[in-house]
Amino acid sequence: MISVDLAKHMTSASNGQKEIILKTENVSVYYGNFLAVRGVYLDIPKNKIVAFIGPSGCGKSTLLRTFNRLNDLIPGCRVEGRITFHKQDIYDKKIDPIDICRRIGMVFQKPTPFPKSIYENIAFGARVNGYRGNMDELVEQSLRQAALWDEVKDKLKQSGLALSGGQQQRLCIARAIAIQPEVILMDEPCSALDPISTLKIEELLDELKEKYTIIIVTHNMQQASRIADMTAFFNAEATEMGGKMGYLVEYDETQEIFHNPKEKSTQDYVSGRFG
Amino acid sequence: MTAPQSTPAKITSPSMFQPSPNLAKRYKIDRIFEIAALISTIVGLVVLAVLLTDVVLDGLPRLSLNFLTNYPSRKPEQAGILSPLVGTIWLLLTTAAIAFPIGVGAGIFLEEFAADTLAAKIIEINIANLAGVPSIIYGLLGLEVFVRIMEPITKGRSILAGALTLALLILPIIIVATRESLRAIPNSLRMAGYALGATRWQVISEQILPLAIPGILTGTILALSRAIGETAPLIAIGALTFIAYLPHLSLEGFQTPFTALPIQIYNWVSRPQVEFHTNAAAGIIVLMVVLLLMNTTAIILRNKFQKAR
Repeated sequence: MISVDLAKHMTSASNGQKEIILKTENVSVYYGNFLAVRGVYLDIPKNKIVAFIGPSGCGKSTLLRTFNRLNDLIPGCRVEGRITFHKQDIYDKKIDPIDICRRIGMVFQKPTPFPKSIYENIAFGARVNGYRGNMDELVEQSLRQAALWDEVKDKLKQSGLALSGGQQQRLCIARAIAIQPEVILMDEPCSALDPISTLKIEELLDELKEKYTIIIVTHNMQQASRIADMTAFFNAEATEMGGKMGYLVEYDETQEIFHNPKEKSTQDYVSGRFG
Repeated sequence: MTAPQSTPAKITSPSMFQPSPNLAKRYKIDRIFEIAALISTIVGLVVLAVLLTDVVLDGLPRLSLNFLTNYPSRKPEQAGILSPLVGTIWLLLTTAAIAFPIGVGAGIFLEEFAADTLAAKIIEINIANLAGVPSIIYGLLGLEVFVRIMEPITKGRSILAGALTLALLILPIIIVATRESLRAIPNSLRMAGYALGATRWQVISEQILPLAIPGILTGTILALSRAIGETAPLIAIGALTFIAYLPHLSLEGFQTPFTALPIQIYNWVSRPQVEFHTNAAAGIIVLMVVLLLMNTTAIILRNKFQKAR
């Protein structure tokens, strides 16, 4: 029943002329024998912000990490179904996972600056990927794009850890931008930040979508409604083994999800009745 | 909580929660435990202090520049510790050069590269067990492998054979220290590195190792501090007790016979003449100073690397 509805929403979602950059077809993620996310169909349009919302344990972050194959590092984690990036299966044997990480960047929930200088934090990603150009220029350009340049331009040699939480997170965004990815995955990037830093990052995301496609997991529904073009609502159901299995309930234009949802559980969630 | 000076007045409270009637007893137990802990501390310190004073009183008058620059001798008043001291330094540097790269390499492999399989767990348990094997066993192994089988390379009971034996002895300690330091680095840093398209080695060498190095160095120097005091394995491989020359500063130097401070001290203590016992006390002071210098180096290195972050 859900899949029929999904197919319906998907067509309405992908009706536009927009190019699809990432596509999941019947993607399920397992941890060992435990099914964490079940049968997800999603089309991520290029240069849009897509928000994943839903209660804890519904597999939003798990699904997000399948897009840059970071789940490969978790022992026992297995992905079924097809994820295509520019119509190419990213789990194909011929695909180099490191190349995927280069083209699909990621920003984590907790700011994770390397315990090095601000400059080195940005230069690291470029250097390991064999960047040969002018490093000073790249650092400045990345910091400018992350709206951090004016705050740190006089202390590039200082440790990234000396920055405030919000600045650290923007440093991590700058670091992700520096390797010029096409997609940026964000796993609750503002959940550890104060409202003012959050606002700054939201403004930043709106600028960044001109060049990048952004997929953002968030617990904050106001945030999703403010910044996202498309929103996917995930829910979890209890399994017999006592765990939780996540699935995609509804995926549509953000406006539709928040004001005219087609599923009752979406309506309940966005109006704050559970979750 | 410390007990109030006088018996506290009972608080008459209207609440349901009445103060426990045996509050005085609870304070007493508290006090008893505090005193017991204090006594334990004092016992440890006093024993150490008595030992140190005894050694210093015996040995300090004997300590002189001559004592440091003279070779061992049959005459106690002329005997010095030049060759054991130099031998110990050679031995330690060679041991460090062998054990550090192998131990750190193995630690990195087990912690960062090896999959979490049954084989890895068996190796892990065995390494922990190796750290507890009596040192004399390592000495016997060294005698057979490094002195006898590898004789063409080591030339028998040489510095190289001794250093290989000691390296074997401290390898488990270095491996465990390396793994502990690596494990203390948050996984989020590794993930962040991989998410930028770095390979495992790029993440380890540029992000993880710089953070782990202070812990690794501390562990290594503490392991070397253990090696410096080891006597049994060196006796087992047949290190000499009387050497009247220094190793040549060349590759052949590694193949020369040697003696070390603990062996010299052991030798002097077992002599019947009391004068030699004084020499032993002075030797112990020298050994302890070397040990103290090494531990100081460990602390300085650690602080330096931590500041560099």
